[in-house]
Amino acid sequence: MAKITFIEAINQALLQEMESDNSVVILGEDVGMGGVFRATDGLRAKFGAGRVIDTPLSEAGIIGTSVGMAANGLKPIAEMQFNEFIFMGYHQLKTNAARIRSRSRGRFSCPIVIRTPYGGGIRPLELHSESMEGIYAHTPGIKVIVPSTPYDAKGLLISSIRDPDPVVFLEPTRLYRSIKEEVPENSYTVPIGKASVVRDGKDLTIITFGGMVKFSLDAADILKEQGINAEIIDLRTIYPLDTEAFINSVKKTGRVVVVHEDSRTCGIGAEIISQLSENILTDLLAPPVRVTGYDVPFPLYKFEDYYLPSVDRILSGIKRVMEY
Amino acid sequence: MPITTIGTFSVQRLQILDEKGNVDKALEPKLSNDILKKIYYQMISSRAFDDKCINLQRQGKIGTYAPVRGHEAVQIGTAFALESKDWLFTTYRDSAVLMARGLPASQLIQYWAGNEAGNDTSSERNNFPIAIAVGTQLSHAVGAGYAFKLRGERCATAVLFGDGATSEGDSHDAFNFAGVLKTPTVFICENNQFAISVPRKCQTAANTIVQKSIAYGIKGIQVDGNDALAVYKAVKDALENARAGNGPTLIECETFRMGQHTTSDDPTRYMPKELLEEWKKRDPIIRFEGYLKSKGILNDNEIKNLKEMAEREIKNAVEKGLTEMQILPSDIFKYTFAEMPKCIEKQMREMEETIKLKNG
Repeated sequence: MAKITFIEAINQALLQEMESDNSVVILGEDVGMGGVFRATDGLRAKFGAGRVIDTPLSEAGIIGTSVGMAANGLKPIAEMQFNEFIFMGYHQLKTNAARIRSRSRGRFSCPIVIRTPYGGGIRPLELHSESMEGIYAHTPGIKVIVPSTPYDAKGLLISSIRDPDPVVFLEPTRLYRSIKEEVPENSYTVPIGKASVVRDGKDLTIITFGGMVKFSLDAADILKEQGINAEIIDLRTIYPLDTEAFINSVKKTGRVVVVHEDSRTCGIGAEIISQLSENILTDLLAPPVRVTGYDVPFPLYKFEDYYLPSVDRILSGIKRVMEY
Repeated sequence: MPITTIGTFSVQRLQILDEKGNVDKALEPKLSNDILKKIYYQMISSRAFDDKCINLQRQGKIGTYAPVRGHEAVQIGTAFALESKDWLFTTYRDSAVLMARGLPASQLIQYWAGNEAGNDTSSERNNFPIAIAVGTQLSHAVGAGYAFKLRGERCATAVLFGDGATSEGDSHDAFNFAGVLKTPTVFICENNQFAISVPRKCQTAANTIVQKSIAYGIKGIQVDGNDALAVYKAVKDALENARAGNGPTLIECETFRMGQHTTSDDPTRYMPKELLEEWKKRDPIIRFEGYLKSKGILNDNEIKNLKEMAEREIKNAVEKGLTEMQILPSDIFKYTFAEMPKCIEKQMREMEETIKLKNG
């Protein structure tokens, strides 16, 4: 098995699905030359401009066209150049892609994947760093994925392309080239809706995903030296949530910290803690803590490290649940 | 019933300076030698700012930068056509017009260094914050123009955007609203032939961008965007027309992006070298130099001295800006609402605590 980066894993998944299914097409801005992060590198040369479509610069056009393509037998993979720009086409996602199946009582479906770089940590211009999984998770009719490793990225993207419903596939930009791991060269899937336990522990549970998994692991390493064993759950799918996985873990540890980059109010952390309260309130040994972005617009990069959760902030959140 | 022709349309193009800087006397705007020299100085200052920023980005001292290179005539021509009371709406490739409107390079560099204080917020200058989401600023210029109209103020709004932005639904909305509401808005398209890697012909099947004005019932003109005099004249005429209550104009300035999309981009992957070479011959600065020399306003030696002066001034301003950017992390909480809600205040305290703990 070769060691590859996150972005190479994405590229492999796209290539293999396009090879095995002629109905898969890619559309987006600059995807023809490989995309700004090179996710679609080499695909136009292999599959032609008819299946790797450089569109005019319009997110609404890309998503709306994908809805029509999907209804008529294609499997479009729409690339949004950056996460925040989905909002330029959000009406097509929310009012159409997410509702075509229910509006047509199952006559039409919308098997589209919207891929986009996502999250902070790369010090770009404004509107290139946001994490808004909460909004997508709050949009009924859409599945939401955030992988944190090259292996999961490839397997989850293949699952997403094969899924019969719309999937928003969020790729943590900071991970694109910062990690490498062994990934099988053949095609494989990782199931949608299943979290993974990336570290076993008994003293508390850290529930996180995407770019924050690494920070949580770093915090857990420091805690280990202090004799505290944290269990870390990587959600991988934000909707539908694998509630069983984190409920079982918190039932065991009694303490929980949720870490995400998205702003706090109505972020996915609020849903996770509600699920815990509804299901295992009496098993909790301390009030849950959220370590998240703040309820302000994501700042220009000079202060992004203050806005985003850090190892220090995660440790201070853990301190609160442990000392309660 | 026979098929009848119910309309025929034409579009016009304005050029005053040819590629060597020879002027069409009949169209030449009446500008003093002093103003012409100022226009030139702003153009070379912009180029110096570009070079400095690209360098600083490579050294990791600032973040991603979008070079102006090639757009100097569009932006400086626009800046000199505007009056200070008019409002200007810009995007990320518009450093030159902002500086020509009075934003100090020492402040603008802070924006590119990831500091909110770099946005032009002076009440002395009517520059709206830079729009990063492509095309979203067009309708803001329509709304602000409508406010001028409603209050009976003799002011106009001008908005800059690229050829790519004309594909966004937002630009359709803006052209349409401006036409229907007859707002005093001047739409200035910096058609630089590429939206990152995608050539202009893939943005629209129309031959020109300016012809879209016909469909919206608004005035339109195409301009040689590397000709500062033509841009100046077209924008000035359109602004006067707008202030007089005669509605909006779409001006397509045909130019070329001679640099990268941003410092994160490598145009050699998609831009034919011959095309760039061809456009280099039409460099707006070389053309304007030719004009100034032929009028006897500047000679080669004076040009050399001015370029050195611009580089020196930019270097000093940028260094000053980068050393003086003192704002606090807690600033990120301060401008979300007029009055800070308790929930945000609590989060601000949380951040301050973390900083305190970290600093021991």
